Amino acid sequence: MTHFSAMSLLKNALTGHKGWREQWPDSQPKQEYDVVIVGAGGHGLGAAYYLAKEHGITNVAVIDKGWLGGGNTGRNTTIIRSNYLYDESARLFDHALDLWDNLSQELNYNVMYSKRGVMMLAHNVPDVQSFQRHIHANRLNGVDNRWLSKEEAKAFCPPLNISPDARYPVMGAALQMRAGTARHDAVAWGYARAAAARGVDIIQNCPVTAIRRGPDGAVIGVDTAKGFIRAKKVAVSAAGHTSVVMDSAGVRMPLESYPLQALVSEPVKPIFPCVVMSNTVHAYISQSDKGELVIGSGTDQYTSYSQRGGLPLIEHTVAAICEVFPIFTRMRMLRKWGGIVDVTPDRSAILGKTPVKGLYVNCGWGTGGFKATPGAAHTLAWTVAKDEPHPINAPFTLERFTTGRLIDEAAAAAVAH
Amino acid sequence: MLLIHCPYCEETLPELEFAYAGEAHIARPADPSALSDEEWRDFLFIRTNARGPHFERWRHIHGCAQFFNAVRDTVSDRFLMTYKAGAPRPDLSPKEDAE
Repeated sequence: MTHFSAMSLLKNALTGHKGWREQWPDSQPKQEYDVVIVGAGGHGLGAAYYLAKEHGITNVAVIDKGWLGGGNTGRNTTIIRSNYLYDESARLFDHALDLWDNLSQELNYNVMYSKRGVMMLAHNVPDVQSFQRHIHANRLNGVDNRWLSKEEAKAFCPPLNISPDARYPVMGAALQMRAGTARHDAVAWGYARAAAARGVDIIQNCPVTAIRRGPDGAVIGVDTAKGFIRAKKVAVSAAGHTSVVMDSAGVRMPLESYPLQALVSEPVKPIFPCVVMSNTVHAYISQSDKGELVIGSGTDQYTSYSQRGGLPLIEHTVAAICEVFPIFTRMRMLRKWGGIVDVTPDRSAILGKTPVKGLYVNCGWGTGGFKATPGAAHTLAWTVAKDEPHPINAPFTLERFTTGRLIDEAAAAAVAH
Repeated sequence: MLLIHCPYCEETLPELEFAYAGEAHIARPADPSALSDEEWRDFLFIRTNARGPHFERWRHIHGCAQFFNAVRDTVSDRFLMTYKAGAPRPDLSPKEDAE
């Protein structure tokens, strides 16, 4: 693997940039692996990287039905934050934030993590009370979050409309300064490159059709479009298709798959300095480094695998953005797309062991999985390597839906998050 | 936008008039106190999440306000049929050719 540095850039610039090599090989499957990871998104590739780096397990394959990073990793709105209400979630997302901090250096790949701040708008008294509660809970957990008056919010984000006759008046905002955005493709590519350099096989365009179990019930491998691949352990990290894959192993999941849409505008000069979210009018917006406004909101109301979603939701989202930021009313939108997100009943992830020996799962991230990428990958690798929960992912079990120990972020956020 | 046929109004109308109401044909337990934790989990949380034909409930919330059932292909989002609440689950298996 070529080490990226100012020196390597200079050297290649002088030779006409003809010396760059491919960053990872297009691997074909071997007959047997210690660990097979289903799904080559940021979570799956990251788990392979941490398995190799921290646990010395390098006989690993990451298998994807499409190209790597082509699912929800490349379809999200790239927002990173950790201001969650409950202790379990705060620990998990703040662990991810700690890893984001140094990820570019660790991977020797610029993921363009930008701590530009995420501001969440309060439009009414219950919003103010709820956000104040979040801020206090976050502070007790050592998570950065603070309250802004509406004037401070306007100073932080000048395009914001805070006039008292606005349709959605702004009463204040919660600001997490440590939060921001990262380039989502680079996260998948960086993990893929670093994992491949340590011997991990990344097998693309190879759908996993079933998980195969032996006579004792334990996992023995996966059936794929390129034949049967034997594996001692299998970790499923397949986002919206997780329940389909898990069904083949005889494990029924508390998941439903919904389309989540996003859209971008034409690129313009820098106008928008941070990320703004509004749960009440339900839209969020930031500006990419290319200059596009990146806009998203909640899922469509019906389950689907179509990766499209309906236009009524886009209309609702854009209407909300135009009310809060009248400056954007004449902005032209360039394209929109959908990804399929797997949603759990309590809107918290499922991360860890399953009733099947040798089978692990990382799913249920719903509409907010990108921000968790390094944390989920890091703790999943621990669980797969040691066959026991990491202290941080221990509460996020599949069993919580039997025992009733839910992590009810659905109630905390009142919307998909 | 989805076009949905309400079996009560006998009209095909835009998605905006309807509210999705989750998977259909999940019967509330007849004797709740007899259920084990696993059975409660299955009733409350486990869903088919079918990739393909999916039996689901919709409510014509801005029309007759009735709940009804539908079969929709979740890959194409195309509705295969809608039918009144309380009607038995339709058999989707391919019919034997008469000849």
